[in-house]
Amino acid sequence: MIPRIYIPGDSGALALGAEKVAKAIANELAERGIEAKIVRNGSRGAYFLEPMVEVATAAGRVAYGPVKPSDVKSLFDSGFLKGGHHKRWLGAPDKIPFLAKQTRLTFARCGINDPLSLDAYKSLGGLKGLQNAVAMAPADIVKQVTESGLRGRGGAGFPTGIKWKTVLDTADERKYIVCNADEGDSATFADRMIMEGDPFVLIEGMAIAGIATGATKGFVYIRSEYPHAVAMMNKAVEVARKAGVLGVNVLGSPNAFDMEIRVGAGAYVCGEETSLLNSLEGKRGVVRAKPPLPAIQGLFGKPTVINNVISLASVPVIMDKGAAFYKDFGMGRSRGTIPIQIAGNVKQGGLFEAAFGMTLGEIVDDIGAGTATGRPVKAVQVGGPLGAYFPRALFDTPFDYEEFAKRDGLIGHAGITVFDDTADMLKQARFAMEFCAIESCGKCTPCRIGSTRGVETIDKIAGGIEPEKNIALVTDLCNTMKFGSLCALGGFTPYPVMSALTHFRDDFKPAPVAEAAE
Amino acid sequence: MTMQAASTEIASRTAAIVQDMKGLEGPLLPILHGIQEEFGHVPQASLPIIAEALNISNAEVHGVVTFYHDYRSHPAGRHVLKVCQAEACQSMGSDAVAAKLKQLLGIGFHETTKDGSVTLEPVYCLGLCACAPSAMLDGEVIGRLDDEKLDEIVAEVRS
Repeated sequence: MIPRIYIPGDSGALALGAEKVAKAIANELAERGIEAKIVRNGSRGAYFLEPMVEVATAAGRVAYGPVKPSDVKSLFDSGFLKGGHHKRWLGAPDKIPFLAKQTRLTFARCGINDPLSLDAYKSLGGLKGLQNAVAMAPADIVKQVTESGLRGRGGAGFPTGIKWKTVLDTADERKYIVCNADEGDSATFADRMIMEGDPFVLIEGMAIAGIATGATKGFVYIRSEYPHAVAMMNKAVEVARKAGVLGVNVLGSPNAFDMEIRVGAGAYVCGEETSLLNSLEGKRGVVRAKPPLPAIQGLFGKPTVINNVISLASVPVIMDKGAAFYKDFGMGRSRGTIPIQIAGNVKQGGLFEAAFGMTLGEIVDDIGAGTATGRPVKAVQVGGPLGAYFPRALFDTPFDYEEFAKRDGLIGHAGITVFDDTADMLKQARFAMEFCAIESCGKCTPCRIGSTRGVETIDKIAGGIEPEKNIALVTDLCNTMKFGSLCALGGFTPYPVMSALTHFRDDFKPAPVAEAAE
Repeated sequence: MTMQAASTEIASRTAAIVQDMKGLEGPLLPILHGIQEEFGHVPQASLPIIAEALNISNAEVHGVVTFYHDYRSHPAGRHVLKVCQAEACQSMGSDAVAAKLKQLLGIGFHETTKDGSVTLEPVYCLGLCACAPSAMLDGEVIGRLDDEKLDEIVAEVRS
């Protein structure tokens, strides 16, 4: 058997030098006259081990990482093609603690094989969900998704099945499935990883959504900052079309479904669903007032399912293994699994899919293993730029939509940014307002003007100008933004600001050093 | 090339792109992406041609072009360097990274060096948050930026 070497083509791995490693391995193979097949897989998500190279041996896969180009010669010398020992040796990838502790449902296949091999996809259970779906009545598919308890993974947490039911029940000759792949929140990369590492699961999920609701056309709106994901999705759609997964007869059934990949143009607010629809229509990405709901009047005024990548990519496993199987994971009203993205100043950063219910402390301290700098953790921001900053005192909060809401936070798209004790929380609060000002679509006043005034007022606090009065002003402003904005951009910017103010008040005191220097 | 010849040239190349994509549902963004790829920016002269073909007003096209951060009104430098300034990268010192790049290149954000070699831009998240701080040079991603990698980047854009 020709040895197979797996080198991730995922952009996270590429950012850490996977391409150079691939070249070095190819050169070494040529130089030594060894015949081997190099497979470019996705990433399994343990970014602290990337580039993680795997070889297929008689006893299964053996992983090495993080591999540097300078390691390649010695890897060959150590007989890595047969799993030989080396300082980068990690053993069987699924035994690596960071990966072994996970519950991989949505990411079950991500990073294992060539993302564009439909055979590899099928060999690991792919397309079973869609096969089941084409034999079912639309209402039964919707029922199964509803019963699974799946909620929108983009951040809002709205029950996916309910959304689908509205579209199913709204009669129209044309309906759409829109996938929100405008993953703009810092600390999130789950959508990117799926699109680059297991694109067929998203395509399968969208096809199921189409059959369930009577929609025949899908769009994936991917942000322009993700060129690798765009390229991969375009190729995967081609493969799926040729194989009859997409087209006029999905898997040979009478159901038609096809899709197009569209690219955003650098506007964060287009991650908001109604802005995204406007953008797809070729308009400015301004927010629409709701109602009408997109499920009734969405893209081009037609009934539209708009779901996040992870919501749609979680559907195939639900249709394959059943609603009860999925619902069995999790806690409270947060059912199933959630891909937690551990990022920022953290020793073991990466994607960790787990059932809902782990505490924030377990995620940061046990899974993430503390900060990369080795300093104490000061704060973690959960849910991207619109999420709250949590101090260590709240690390007992379980990962659950309602539990986070109880503590004035949100899980959002489940990204976690870790900050060490050098972080200045006033600066972070200011950034939240500044970011809102840069990205505001301008439609509603609290967001458009409030964000700019917020920056100015926080600057006054930093400058020691009437700090108590200005803190009260920021608090009042946050209240206006929270309740007066049309969408989550203006409405949630208060989360990082107020949490910084509430939990890290010391950082908002005027710096005594600056006064002494004058 | 005279000004008039240049604008005729822009018009014909724009028309070809518009013709190619106008059958899409919601064709404006794909068209603008196509035009930016063709010219390196979205020339003013392209706008009326798009408006005419899509049967919308010049103002609407102008509104869309100026709404999105990606569309340029002028060509960028030969290289485009985007440095992530979002929270995950902030936690790993992206402020210092940006300051060092500005100093090494002698330009600020949204500026191009005098020799036209590189344009420096902030970006808010590249999805490389577990490999922070990160950047993108002409579409190539770079993670865990340190002084050595910054020097390499600067050497590359200057060569």
